[in-house]
Amino acid sequence: MARKTTTSKGAAAKPKAKPRENAPAVESVASKKNAPAQKLVSTLTGDESNILFKGADWDFPLIDRIYRAVEDIGLNEMGMSIYPNQIEVITSEQMLDAYASTGMPLFYKHWSFGKEFARNEQAYRKGYQGLAYEIVINSDPCILYIMEENSATMQTLVLAHAGVGHNHFFKNNYVFKQWTDAEGILDYIAFAKSYLAKAEDKYGITEVERVIDAAHALQSHGVHRSPRKRMADLRTEQMREKQRRDHGEQLFNDLWRTVPKGKKADKSVVDADRRRAILGLPEENILYFLEKTAPRLLPWQREVLRIVRQIAQYFYPQRQTKMMNEGCATFTHHRIMNRLHEKGMLTDGAFLEFLHSHTSVVMQPNYDDPRYSGINPYALGFAMMQDIERICVNPTGEDRAALPAIAGNGDPYGTLREVWANYRDESCISQFMSPKLIRDFSLFRVSDDGDPSEDLRVDAIHDERGYARIRRALSRQYDISRRDPDIQVVDVDLVGDRKLMLQHRVLDGVMLASEDAQRVLQHLANLWGYPVVLTEISQNDESLAEHTADPFRPFGTV
Amino acid sequence: MSIIDRRLNPGGKSLANRQRFIRRARALVRRAVHDASAGRSIKDAGKGGDVVIPADGVHEPTLRRSSQGGSRDYLLPGNKKFSEGDNIQRPQSGGGGRGGDPSGDGEGEDDFRFALTAEEFLDLFLEDLELPDMAKREVAGEANFEWRRAGYTTSGSPSALSVSRTMRQSMSRRIALRRPKPAEIAELEEKAAAFAEDDQGAEAKAARDALATAKRRAKLIPFIDPIDVRYRRLEANPRPSAQAVMFCLMDVSGSMNEHMKDLAKRFYTLLYLFLKKRYKRVEVVFIRHTHVAQEVDEETFFYSRETGGTVVSTVLEAMKTVIDERFPPDVWNIYAAQASDGDNTSSDNPKAAALLTEVILPLCQYFAYVEVGDDEDRHPAMMQEMPTSLWRTYARVGEAVEYMAMKKVRHRRDIYPVFRELFSRESIAALGGA
Repeated sequence: MARKTTTSKGAAAKPKAKPRENAPAVESVASKKNAPAQKLVSTLTGDESNILFKGADWDFPLIDRIYRAVEDIGLNEMGMSIYPNQIEVITSEQMLDAYASTGMPLFYKHWSFGKEFARNEQAYRKGYQGLAYEIVINSDPCILYIMEENSATMQTLVLAHAGVGHNHFFKNNYVFKQWTDAEGILDYIAFAKSYLAKAEDKYGITEVERVIDAAHALQSHGVHRSPRKRMADLRTEQMREKQRRDHGEQLFNDLWRTVPKGKKADKSVVDADRRRAILGLPEENILYFLEKTAPRLLPWQREVLRIVRQIAQYFYPQRQTKMMNEGCATFTHHRIMNRLHEKGMLTDGAFLEFLHSHTSVVMQPNYDDPRYSGINPYALGFAMMQDIERICVNPTGEDRAALPAIAGNGDPYGTLREVWANYRDESCISQFMSPKLIRDFSLFRVSDDGDPSEDLRVDAIHDERGYARIRRALSRQYDISRRDPDIQVVDVDLVGDRKLMLQHRVLDGVMLASEDAQRVLQHLANLWGYPVVLTEISQNDESLAEHTADPFRPFGTV
Repeated sequence: MSIIDRRLNPGGKSLANRQRFIRRARALVRRAVHDASAGRSIKDAGKGGDVVIPADGVHEPTLRRSSQGGSRDYLLPGNKKFSEGDNIQRPQSGGGGRGGDPSGDGEGEDDFRFALTAEEFLDLFLEDLELPDMAKREVAGEANFEWRRAGYTTSGSPSALSVSRTMRQSMSRRIALRRPKPAEIAELEEKAAAFAEDDQGAEAKAARDALATAKRRAKLIPFIDPIDVRYRRLEANPRPSAQAVMFCLMDVSGSMNEHMKDLAKRFYTLLYLFLKKRYKRVEVVFIRHTHVAQEVDEETFFYSRETGGTVVSTVLEAMKTVIDERFPPDVWNIYAAQASDGDNTSSDNPKAAALLTEVILPLCQYFAYVEVGDDEDRHPAMMQEMPTSLWRTYARVGEAVEYMAMKKVRHRRDIYPVFRELFSRESIAALGGA
């Protein structure tokens, strides 16, 4: 799910190519490798009857024809399976609007979206930032916004990229299947919007805004990280009950009755365990915990927490699959565009326009380049998918040793579909990152042990000894559970002052950004209604730091 | 697959969010607006523009890992010269490999810059300001009334008859007086008809009596009685005059230098913007004076040089003439702002005072006198205490009249505070209470 670098969350947006001089095609690692695919099949001398369009202009019937051609290649040649597409043509102004509401066609109102809008608008007007060519929403039907400013070639690219690539990924990847309800999301947001609008009418904009502010602050810790439990139906429930009974009967042994019982556990420990069990603790979904148990919240305030939580949950899979989602979409559009050109449906001019745009999107600046801002998910994703295809079709001895399961299996599309369906960024990298890819990117690992007096140390490079370590490190870099701090609600002081206790388990000695933590904690205390304490503990359970907050203006006491 | 053209959908979906954002950051934005307006030329004063607010004020906190401390790994592309085990000097910034920080998310803490529209800019600029006595004190003349619905009345012209209200009255009266319905009469008639014409039995008699009674009631109790009739009532409401005229009066004698004129101009500009926001139509009249007064256009008013003595009463007379000729006080809200360095021929002071009290002030909604001073030659404290002759004269007049205000301005930066002071809600409220 493609996103611009500036949008903090949300739906997919592919970045427009930066100004030309920023994107020399030769620097693109990926573009070097796909040289065979780039051989130009001249359409000028051949049959022109297939050509979809000439020039940059497009109209609705043309979009329709382009889409059919693109979809045909995607479905019939690459074997993809997609939600029906709903293509909506919008203006650049509407694109800015869409940015501000996390790409959704409708959203509830909040000042932070206005801030986002002001920021984007300013950047766009000043020319610091181009607009995305498209935004695609994970829903059924899949909504795809395309800009009216795009040329016909760009529309083709966008339809292939989002309409087929992202769409296939949304529909088939297990994280999305597990977590998002593509059919219901737009209805849910419509409900959220009207609910909050009504709440504003009833309780006042500022009151509702305070709750949303507090909920937004905890949004990153308002998701369930493990799949939700599905309610078992009666039949399975009965079956399991019978299995349990049979198992018990098989193992029955009267001797157990005579075994003397051990000393009873300490009562206070039992009580504490019981209390935590009743409250469902420990709980890492803070918003969920507050919604269910915060003592003073009013019903509508709980509903607001729920809304923010549900929407955060909807976006959670996108954060875990950014690289893969982009890789899938970029690989797809690259393949479709090439096939269109080979079939004589794209002119050479259009194809070159596409290549220019494509190479600037998949460009990976080196670490010492002023443009460097982390690893480009488009570049890495695209290179990985191409690499997997190469390994399937044309493996080297090294690939056979590193990836025996897929090397030379001769079914690149099937393998890729498998990868797209069953992995997320972190697992995909640790499974499929080949030594060749590491060499192509010239990846190296620098370790910083946090001691300012010591130099940084290069502890792995792209050589035989380093491949495994680099692969592991890159995979960890994409591991969302390592990027987000591990914070859990651990206990509540029910007999005393109802203090809520949280723990941050510090990983690698990286503490919370304390100023922000303090502010979030203030929101948390307001929601909880009583004091809150957040302890940062090391892996050996030593307390490293403590943040506390008392409710300032608790909610629910109007 | 379906293609939908959304381009025609109304834009501005983010408007509400934007307004919320501005309201949220109101205090910050207002300060930024005031700072920005200080540096602006007068022509741009009413335009929108960029304002910069500190990012901290609209920061959204999250629970995130710190970008400093702890042991970290950076995975970087594009190795050219390093091999395993090499040491790299720590970058000066201290944050480690640049951009490699996975948790920072590039959350820039730069100041937040965004554009305000002219409307938003003015709203914030003139926020909390109030015009004194906006509606004309005496509203006269047919044109200044508008008719508004004001309930119902029992008398009126037939064209104002309210049928529904009349029928409602009639129905409640009929129910209260138990006027038989046509259906009931029909029923009784049927019953009576069931008996033979000459049947003298008790039952037949009762039926005939009941029918007769019902018929009599229906006749006595009319369907619509004159007391039912209701007419829509209209009330004449005075309509506040939506037009204002602003008189800019300025002394342009030799003693007024460019700096003073600039101060005056700034004050006029603010007043103009303010009036423009409150009235549909604002006319501006420029009258300059030395020992004679003259109505001129804006360019001449501010930029042409003139020499001569200073007789303030002439400008008041000229203003009176213009009012008489073009701006009847019953249709126009009249505002006047006079700027002067305070000089006046001393023999003219009594005349000016009399003109002001007797002629000008009764016509005006508001009269502001701004005494502009020189910035460069800073008077010693003692000198500042010494009011000019015109100030003393006006101060005596102003004491009795609450809608006359007097202020001294020496520096550009004083203009806006003085203006705010004159029109702030509190001082207007105090004025109303006086």
